[in-house]
Amino acid sequence: MKKEEVPQDKGNLSNKNMKELVYATDENGNYTTALSSGWEPKTIALSNSIEEISERIAIAKAQVENNEMSPIFYYMEFCRMDIGVLSSYVGMWQWRVKRHFKPKVFAGLSDAVLKKYAESFNITVEELKNFKTN
Amino acid sequence: METNFTHHQSAHCENGVASNLLKHNGLNISEPMIFGIGSGLFFVYLPFLKVNYAPAISYRPMPGQIFNKAAKRLGLKIKRQKFSSEANAVKVLDENLKNNIPSGLQVGVYNLTYFPDEYRFHFNAHNLVVYGKTETDYLISDPVMENVTTLTHSELNKVRFAKGAFAPRGQIYYPIQVPANVDLKGAIIKGIKNTCRDMLAPMPIIGVRGIRLVARLIKKWPVKEGTKKANHYLAQIVRMQEEIGTGGGGFRFIYAAFLQEASVILGNDELQTLSLEMTAIGDLWRDFAVEASRVYKNRSTKVDVYNTLSDELLAIADKEEAFFKKLKKAIS
Repeated sequence: MKKEEVPQDKGNLSNKNMKELVYATDENGNYTTALSSGWEPKTIALSNSIEEISERIAIAKAQVENNEMSPIFYYMEFCRMDIGVLSSYVGMWQWRVKRHFKPKVFAGLSDAVLKKYAESFNITVEELKNFKTN
Repeated sequence: METNFTHHQSAHCENGVASNLLKHNGLNISEPMIFGIGSGLFFVYLPFLKVNYAPAISYRPMPGQIFNKAAKRLGLKIKRQKFSSEANAVKVLDENLKNNIPSGLQVGVYNLTYFPDEYRFHFNAHNLVVYGKTETDYLISDPVMENVTTLTHSELNKVRFAKGAFAPRGQIYYPIQVPANVDLKGAIIKGIKNTCRDMLAPMPIIGVRGIRLVARLIKKWPVKEGTKKANHYLAQIVRMQEEIGTGGGGFRFIYAAFLQEASVILGNDELQTLSLEMTAIGDLWRDFAVEASRVYKNRSTKVDVYNTLSDELLAIADKEEAFFKKLKKAIS
């Protein structure tokens, strides 16, 4: 990549006034560093992943509202986790976490267990119990 | 308290932390140098490990390996420590800062408040340097950021004890012994040999063969998994290849910069020619990213597009195979 070809597209970084460092060649073919504010193909790839996550969150929300899933499932998606990550945050087996996705099981959970989940999601136990999505 | 640490922005976090810590300890070594000596160029496809619901593809070795290999080859001693108790982790870090030792930390990205929201995933192999502490904050030098930044005490604790794959467990590391004279030449040759071995490894998921495997799979994905998933997987490849930290083109440009520097140190003109060749290969990876992004942007459903992409990747694999064979010869 030549230095004058380093892309300066608008993207997720430029919104926050951040720039990343890339390696590029100068007019004599020698390597130097340059700052890039973003590159469109990258932005598209990232927004593809973000969209994917938003879809999952929307589905999870509907499932909780229909009482098919517990709020734990929704917050897991909301925090971009999967079962593996969540189970290591709360320190429980995956099958146990999966069980807590059932609304009936969730209703009977003790405050101590709920607290573990709430802390992993960075919310309060009350927020976890009284599910509202805004 | 604050140590007299100088922040330099770098492309990749691990090399950046390594380079910055060594510069602080009086060894002036560039980021590409660390990357090359530590054999940072790699390719691996891990179908059984899912990242964000897509198979993992990595253009770099396991976290920590680059710095470890570089340190070993340069004859430096690095102290690494993991903790089971958060209190201990804090104690050791504070102790270090008191003794004027800026320290490298492995952290999770999800709770890094200064990152844009879009970049905050549960990815645990990020690296940064803590160089000071105030009443409320830690002073942070994150090598991928232009300037230094801060995290509150509880924020830093959270990222040090992020959970999931590659959980950092508060890992702290810093050089404890840096010799005045290092054998750069020997270290460079060892690093290059290791990279050639990795990239030409007779294993189906590693190096050039790994690239070929992924290329063949790209043809199958739309049929087997449906276009939606296929596009998601493609996006993941491009993200791993181009996201912050790679310096563009899946680390190929950093490696080319390393070869250029190495050709001067070793007095080997062939490495200069090979550096140009690596740059050209990096440009091909960039082209691949552009093509791939067109596919998932237009949501084109023709099976053809995937075949074209697959062929493009196969061509890259052929070029890289020839390249690493030449590189192996050039230094032997």
